[in-house]
Amino acid sequence: MSAPFTDAVSIGEAVRSGATTAEQVTKEFLSRAQKANASLNAFHEIFESEAMDAARAVDAKVKAGKNPGLLAGVPIAVKDNLATKVGRTTCSSKMLEHYRSPFTATCVERLQAAGAVVIGKTNMDEFAMGSSTEHCAWGPVKNPWDTTRVPGGSSGGSAVAAAAGLCGFSLGSDTGGSIRQPASLCGCVGFKPTYGRVSRYGLVAFGSSLDQVGPLTRSVRDAALTYQVMAGLDDRDSTTADLVVEDPMKDLENPIAGLRVGVPKQYLSDANDAAVNSCVNDALQRLQKLGATLVEVDLPLTDIGISTYYVIAPAEASGNLARFDGIRYGHRAALKTGESLDTLYSRSRAEGFGSEVQRRIMLGTYVLSSGYYDAYYGRALRVRRLIKAEFDNAFTKCDVIAGAASPSPAFKFGGMNDPLKMYLCDVYTVNTNIAGLPAISLPIGFAKDGPHSLPIGLHLQAPAFADAKLLRAARMVEKTFPDILRQAPHS
Amino acid sequence: MTEKHTLSIEETAHVAKLARLEIAPAKLEQYRGELANVLGHVAKLKSINVDGIEPLTSPVDSTNRLAADQPGATLSLQELFMNAPAVEGRFIAVPKVLAEENS
Repeated sequence: MSAPFTDAVSIGEAVRSGATTAEQVTKEFLSRAQKANASLNAFHEIFESEAMDAARAVDAKVKAGKNPGLLAGVPIAVKDNLATKVGRTTCSSKMLEHYRSPFTATCVERLQAAGAVVIGKTNMDEFAMGSSTEHCAWGPVKNPWDTTRVPGGSSGGSAVAAAAGLCGFSLGSDTGGSIRQPASLCGCVGFKPTYGRVSRYGLVAFGSSLDQVGPLTRSVRDAALTYQVMAGLDDRDSTTADLVVEDPMKDLENPIAGLRVGVPKQYLSDANDAAVNSCVNDALQRLQKLGATLVEVDLPLTDIGISTYYVIAPAEASGNLARFDGIRYGHRAALKTGESLDTLYSRSRAEGFGSEVQRRIMLGTYVLSSGYYDAYYGRALRVRRLIKAEFDNAFTKCDVIAGAASPSPAFKFGGMNDPLKMYLCDVYTVNTNIAGLPAISLPIGFAKDGPHSLPIGLHLQAPAFADAKLLRAARMVEKTFPDILRQAPHS
Repeated sequence: MTEKHTLSIEETAHVAKLARLEIAPAKLEQYRGELANVLGHVAKLKSINVDGIEPLTSPVDSTNRLAADQPGATLSLQELFMNAPAVEGRFIAVPKVLAEENS
């Protein structure tokens, strides 16, 4: 089979049936990943021998007639803020350049138990802070559709690996859009489950009340299957929901009769790129032809999301990143005789963290500091409740809310060199995390720029724990674009 | 829409100190401008009426879940020290915490 652009479900089926072997598939993807990495920089590390060992173990199970799992022999790429015993876990930061995790994240363990083979760790914006993967200590990641443009971020390496066919699927994390925005910019599916669905154990914490792990895939059914494997209660993450995970595969192929699609007027803003609005409108019309009803909903707090997010997320980050002090692990600065322990902390952190991380730690420290706490952090948390209530109210009128994942297609490197300008790219995705909702981005078209096609993604959001329904709605859209995920970048 | 926020270099230095970041003066001045910009934008929050609204710290209304009081698998000292920058015997080595006289 032509592996690069088949999806993970097909790979798993082929390995289980004996049509191919995990070894053969893994070899092919390793070779593609190694070749492409020179120009795209999607991976920080590729684990050739460990991946081949894992693949052979899957093949041995198949041979012995044992169940090798639903993801048998599917090569996966893991964002470098997810702890893996294999290789390093660097968060694309000099702070963790040499860090080796003594344990593996729950989500990765569950995928491995289902037969998935970890082939490498992907580059990201340092500590998941960014929307372009330019803030990566190991160099910027390139968009496979146009290497002069960013892949989005912070899961840029994972989005590139999935979109360019360098793995069966990849894992990302999403604190304010870090799965969905790069998926949109690279032309793959990016799914952020409901907060509390996928264990965060082994995910290096950024904004603990916002972070969620999810897959970046080449089909909606891959997003559904991989989510199913990862989701569910984990004793090691007390925020995982103690609720039965609805089987997302069961009715995936059945269109939802009478689907109500909420369209907030705030989402089709004139500030969006014209191609983005025209693709979103086209996708909405396709849904309408399938029998869906478009419902106008009002989300006036859309615009305040960025302000709310850029208080809450840095506040949580400043606390979470306080653990990097140069003592137990991570970078330790050299001291001159007579310099204090306090200098060791401050210098280690200044040397280990890049500029964007330092900015956000300072921002978080400021909004939490005495005299400003109520005016910034306290107020942002109150607005957070209002944003959640606004969604709850909108979802009384519709099943999903549709819009663009990103106001523009991929931008050029250096195109957003003012931090605030970069933050504003997240306008359509941050509120999802603020409210803890599930959301997905899937490709619905391209903007043309000379010889280049730049992918555009449709963003669908659903009520908390309606993940299965959201995936079904996404599948309805995907079916109207049968070949879009099979298109190879660079073509 | 975005209001102008003033942030002095002294305030910026104070925040850097609280955040335990040793930052050179030129870089500090850069951060001062960038943070003032972001804080100016964030000031939009003041336009929202939040009277009588309770803060929402997490999207899930979960209560603390207690684990059974049973010892489970733990990491060995060797695994824990694998990433330590400096180790002496069974300890992680750090610089002197208490200043010596006349040093």
